[in-house]
Amino acid sequence: MKLSECVDVISANVLVTGEDMDLDVHVACGADLMSDVMAFSCSTNQMMLTGLVNPQTIRTAEMMDVKVVVFVRGKVPDRGMLDLAQEKGICVLSTPLPMFSACGILYQNGVKGKGE
Amino acid sequence: MIEPVKLEYKIRGSDFINAGEASSGTKKALNRLGVSPAAVKRAAIAMYEAEINAVIHADGGEAEVFIYSDHVIIRIIDQGPGIPDVSLAMQEGWSTAPDIAREMGFGAGMGLPNIKKHSDDMSIETEIGKGTTVTITVRFQV
Ligand SMILES: Nc1ncnc2c1ncn2[C@@H]1O[C@H](COP(=O)(O)OP(=O)(O)OP(=O)(O)O)[C@@H](O)[C@H]1O
Ligand SMILES: [Mg+2]
Repeated sequence: MKLSECVDVISANVLVTGEDMDLDVHVACGADLMSDVMAFSCSTNQMMLTGLVNPQTIRTAEMMDVKVVVFVRGKVPDRGMLDLAQEKGICVLSTPLPMFSACGILYQNGVKGKGE
Repeated sequence: MIEPVKLEYKIRGSDFINAGEASSGTKKALNRLGVSPAAVKRAAIAMYEAEINAVIHADGGEAEVFIYSDHVIIRIIDQGPGIPDVSLAMQEGWSTAPDIAREMGFGAGMGLPNIKKHSDDMSIETEIGKGTTVTITVRFQV
C-alpha cells in the first residue's frame, strides 16, 4: 500500500513528510522495545509503529533503514525529534488509534510483518 | 597499503538525545564511500548497539572507526565499570540496564548477541573498574 494511503486508513497526521510519499509499504513492525527492533527486524522493514516517544526511536529507525515511524495513540514527539527525523529523511506520522488497531488496519490493507 | 579513513567520536554518558550520533556519522561515511547497503547496515546496527551500551552502562566513552577498502574496524572504548562475566553478558536476555535505559526502549539484553550476529569479528576487552573496549569488524563482501 502506498504511504499516502497508509496515512488515510489510520487517520494519521503527517508530522514530517518523507522523501517519497509514494513509497510502497510492504513490511512493517510494531514495537515499544527498540532492543527488539534492532535484534529482530528484517532488512525490508519499512515502517515502525510505536508508542515510545523519544529520540532513540528515530535513531533506531535510521540504523535499521526504516523509512516511516508511526506514533500511536495520538502521541506527538517534540520539535527536536521531528528535526532529527527531517534531517535523516524519515517520515513521521501520528495516529489517534492505539497500537493494536493501527497495526490491524494496516495489516488488513495488505501491509505484512517480517517474513510473511 | 592505502591508509584507512579514520573517524573519531566522543560518546557522552546518559545522553539519550545524542546517543547514536557516532553510529549515524559512520553510517553516512560508509554510504558516501560507496560501501554496499547491506554491509553499511550491518556495521550501523553493530556500532549502534555498542554505542548505546557505552551510554547506558559506562557513562560514555569514545568511538574510533577505521574504514579500509574491504572492511571496517569499529572500536568503542569506555572507562566504565567493566563487565564481570563476559560469557553471561553475551547471553540473550541478560541485562543489568537501569530503568532510564528501559524507558528509552533498551535493556532487553539483546545488544551484545546482536553485535556478534551482524559482525564478522567481535572482541571484548574488559577490566573491572577500568573499562571496556568492544572491537567490531565488518567485511564489505561476504
Ligand atoms: N560497555 C559496557 N560496560 C559495562 N557493562 C556492559 C557494557 N556493555 C554491556 N554491558 C553489560 O552486559 C549486559 C548485556 O549487554 P547487552 O547489550 O547485550 O544488553 P543490554 O544493553 O542490557 O540491553 P539491550 O542491548 O537489549 O538494549 C548489560 O546489561 C551490562 O550488564
Ligand atoms: Mg545493549
